[in-house]
Amino acid sequence: MSIAHGLLALLQDGPRYGYQLRVEFERATGSTWPLNVGQVYTTLARLERDGQVAGHAPDGEGRLRYELTASGRETLAGWFSRPVTLGDRPRDELAIKLALAATAAGVDVRAVVQVQRVATMQRLQELTRLKRDPGPTVSGDTDLAWILVLDNLRFMAEAELRWLEHCEGTLTRARPAAATSAPAPAPGSDQVPDQPSADPQEALR
Amino acid sequence: MSTALSLVEVDRIHGRGNAAVHAVRGLTVHVGVGELVAVMGPSGSGKSTLLNLAGGLDRATAGQVLVDGAELGELSPKELAKLRRRRVGYVFQDFNLIPSLTAAENVALPLELDGVRARTARGQAVQALAEVDLADLADRLPQDMSGGQQQRVAIARAVVGERSLILADEPTGALDSETGEQVMRLLRERCARGVAALMVTHDAGHAAWADRVVFLRDGAVLDDTGRPSEPESLLAGS
Repeated sequence: MSIAHGLLALLQDGPRYGYQLRVEFERATGSTWPLNVGQVYTTLARLERDGQVAGHAPDGEGRLRYELTASGRETLAGWFSRPVTLGDRPRDELAIKLALAATAAGVDVRAVVQVQRVATMQRLQELTRLKRDPGPTVSGDTDLAWILVLDNLRFMAEAELRWLEHCEGTLTRARPAAATSAPAPAPGSDQVPDQPSADPQEALR
Repeated sequence: MSTALSLVEVDRIHGRGNAAVHAVRGLTVHVGVGELVAVMGPSGSGKSTLLNLAGGLDRATAGQVLVDGAELGELSPKELAKLRRRRVGYVFQDFNLIPSLTAAENVALPLELDGVRARTARGQAVQALAEVDLADLADRLPQDMSGGQQQRVAIARAVVGERSLILADEPTGALDSETGEQVMRLLRERCARGVAALMVTHDAGHAAWADRVVFLRDGAVLDDTGRPSEPESLLAGS
């Protein structure tokens, strides 16, 4: 997914100004992908250079409107018809972080997992609040777009929590002694075990 | 926010000496009036013990368990049974409705066991069923209801009368995702009306409906999403 695909999709409904496209892009994606207007105009300039969109002459207020070309429609149709592949997605930083934590000396991997579980659960709670108490509505299609994005974010968070729970079980089986002798410290927990001074370097020596 | 349920530095030890097993250890959990708190943790982390202690079904070896300000350890068996009947409602994964009783009879049962006249109990039961949108099914047997409807009857039974604390053990465990969400919405509505709820669940999606999620491990609180996070070192032994 690129910004270009998003702009082409919005232009399918008719010509738009750059600012209009920015607002509609954010609305359609539930503000999960904020854009600045500079990004929008840079992308439009590139799409115009590549023949995907055509710019109209400036109106009385100096605003440029863009519309989809035949080539742009073809690109858009291709994008919608192809499944998203793993190569289209960025690497999962969390998976890499846990893998590195598991191989690095002196890192309490269960604590890394737990910190992430709390953060992801807090995020899921916030997303659930949005689902539970939806704000003022804009229009039918925008509501539907927002619900689709919101549900995607909720299910992604749920999946991450299931995976983290599974990681904890795997770590407990792999390192049972560490699991029982050193419960991970919790932020503000009543059950934080007595600890020596928190000197990271000390843990690595 | 006033507190409906407090467990303060609670230990529950089974057995003695070398054979002693700590089911929970130094456990501190508070649930405020109107608050929904979810509890998550692996098997053996103390979730069921926490629910049993909170409901007075098990006695703490050390520490305090308070329901509406009453210290359960100081109550006589008779007083404890009365408090359980009047103040605490239970919701289970498999609903635990009596198959031969109608929805209204199931909901009225705890009131009648507490000495409320049958006619009065029936009136309160029908009212409680109306609040979970099941007034039309008051005279239906559990076998003629869907899983979601049966769980709503169970929630009506848990809150009927003066009950102020709901203890729920995997209340969405036997339901599909959509019906589970309806049950969570209902629990939240009950909490918005002033009931406190403590819910054990394995389902992160349903736990996220709670105001706070408490994570247990090895019989103790590991984390609580309601607490502000603090910077910490994740390096072992630090």
